[in-house]
Amino acid sequence: MKNKYSIFSLIKNAFSQHENWKQAWGNPEPKKEYEAVIVGGGGHGLATAYYLAKKHNMKNIAVLEKGWIGGGNTGRNTTIIRSNYLWDASAGLYDHALKIWENLSQELNYNIMFSQRGVMNLAHNLQDVRDLKRRTHANRLNGIDAVWLDTKQVKEFCPIINISQDIRYPVLGGTLQRRAGTARHDAVAWGYARGADAMGVDIIQNCEVKGIKRNGDHVEGLDTTKGFIKTKKIGVVAAGHSSVIANMAGLKLPLESKPLQALVSEPVKPIIDTVVMSNAVHAYVSQSDKGELVIGAGTDAYISYTQRGSHDVVEGTLKAILELYPIFSRMKMLRQWGGIVDICPDASPIISKTNIKGLYFNCGWGTGGFKATPGSGDLFAHTIANDEPHKLNAAFNLNRFVSGDLVDEHGAAAVAH
Amino acid sequence: MFVINCPYCGERDQSEFSCGGEAHIVRPKQPTELSDDEWAEYLFMRKNIKGVQFERWNHTHGCRKWFNMVRDTSNDKIHAVYKMGEKPPVI
Repeated sequence: MKNKYSIFSLIKNAFSQHENWKQAWGNPEPKKEYEAVIVGGGGHGLATAYYLAKKHNMKNIAVLEKGWIGGGNTGRNTTIIRSNYLWDASAGLYDHALKIWENLSQELNYNIMFSQRGVMNLAHNLQDVRDLKRRTHANRLNGIDAVWLDTKQVKEFCPIINISQDIRYPVLGGTLQRRAGTARHDAVAWGYARGADAMGVDIIQNCEVKGIKRNGDHVEGLDTTKGFIKTKKIGVVAAGHSSVIANMAGLKLPLESKPLQALVSEPVKPIIDTVVMSNAVHAYVSQSDKGELVIGAGTDAYISYTQRGSHDVVEGTLKAILELYPIFSRMKMLRQWGGIVDICPDASPIISKTNIKGLYFNCGWGTGGFKATPGSGDLFAHTIANDEPHKLNAAFNLNRFVSGDLVDEHGAAAVAH
Repeated sequence: MFVINCPYCGERDQSEFSCGGEAHIVRPKQPTELSDDEWAEYLFMRKNIKGVQFERWNHTHGCRKWFNMVRDTSNDKIHAVYKMGEKPPVI
């Protein structure tokens, strides 16, 4: 890689007051034709381009992004990474991603600040306890680390948590995945963009797709705000806007796009060194390296592309946070925002071919796509390059909604929906 | 966050309501005759429009009645509210 980052490049650039660092990726105008075009310059799209170039030797490719890279859900999520899913297909998919995360900073020569600080999922009623214990067993059978913690062990692992049994939703225990954690979300997009750019991928920002040109049963190119781009392969990774792109090709997807909200507090000294999620009360919290509490809420229960969401959802989440962590009662929240998430009926993603030749979709990640970024990119690249899914994403095809072979992860996988 | 004009109760906060998704999806008259593709289309496939969308809502924490609404999903602006069985307005 040109311009390799290292202690030596840091020292060298210090002598010129860090004013001579090269731009990490280029800003090219689109060519007339590409071997493949990825629609969507978020983490998943950039990772797809990166692995297409790296593992499948497809260098003449472009990533089209209507805004700036990483400005959508990649920059809006709560950065949680875990793989403790119930079903075998999901466990395979998410643990594939987690294994790539473990080496990603080295591979990309870019510090993505991956921190395996553990993710704890709380149980608040007897059904939660049964479900989470069952999931722990399923995880271990799939080679994924998971332990069950009783209430006292929960308190030992996260001392600020309120384990009083007199609260509305008392803590009855929880599961812990120690390999899970967080990463710096922007850095993931930037690292993949830099890596892909170094292999010759064109990353084209401020370029919105306006139409998909079809000739019978196959694609011929895309109409964009920067003109027509000819290509035989289109990989769409547009998250909340997947249906909008699908409609351009005359395709309907089993998706509903909803706002998912998150918020951060003012920065404080280190107080919580792990990630705690609670499905039943729809609240999860971790602390960023800057010291802000990063809090995730549930989705608004209606279709919307507004990136806002309703106040009552945030209010409900903060009530739960305050009951679980009374110590936060005087914290001030600094920012609140919404991202548009595309939710599948079975709460599992789609990484699939379509019945239109050359058109591929990677969507439906719903409320939890960030954790899968590297694995999703790797498997989607495989699917595009070979026109066949990898065995790890074979179950996540679009046809499962016809065959009925769903991967039902609703609630069962500690997913906060 | 927005205010919905329930056709039975009048203006109430959106948090009192729940959304039932895309409206006017006709239930198959002969379910036994349907192919797998047609079932998938009926059960799962949605337009998920960014823009003006016809949808069903229920006043869950009020009269608990279902009704239809025309809303722009790109800005949450409500164009029309009408009762079940009424003809959808032309927007």
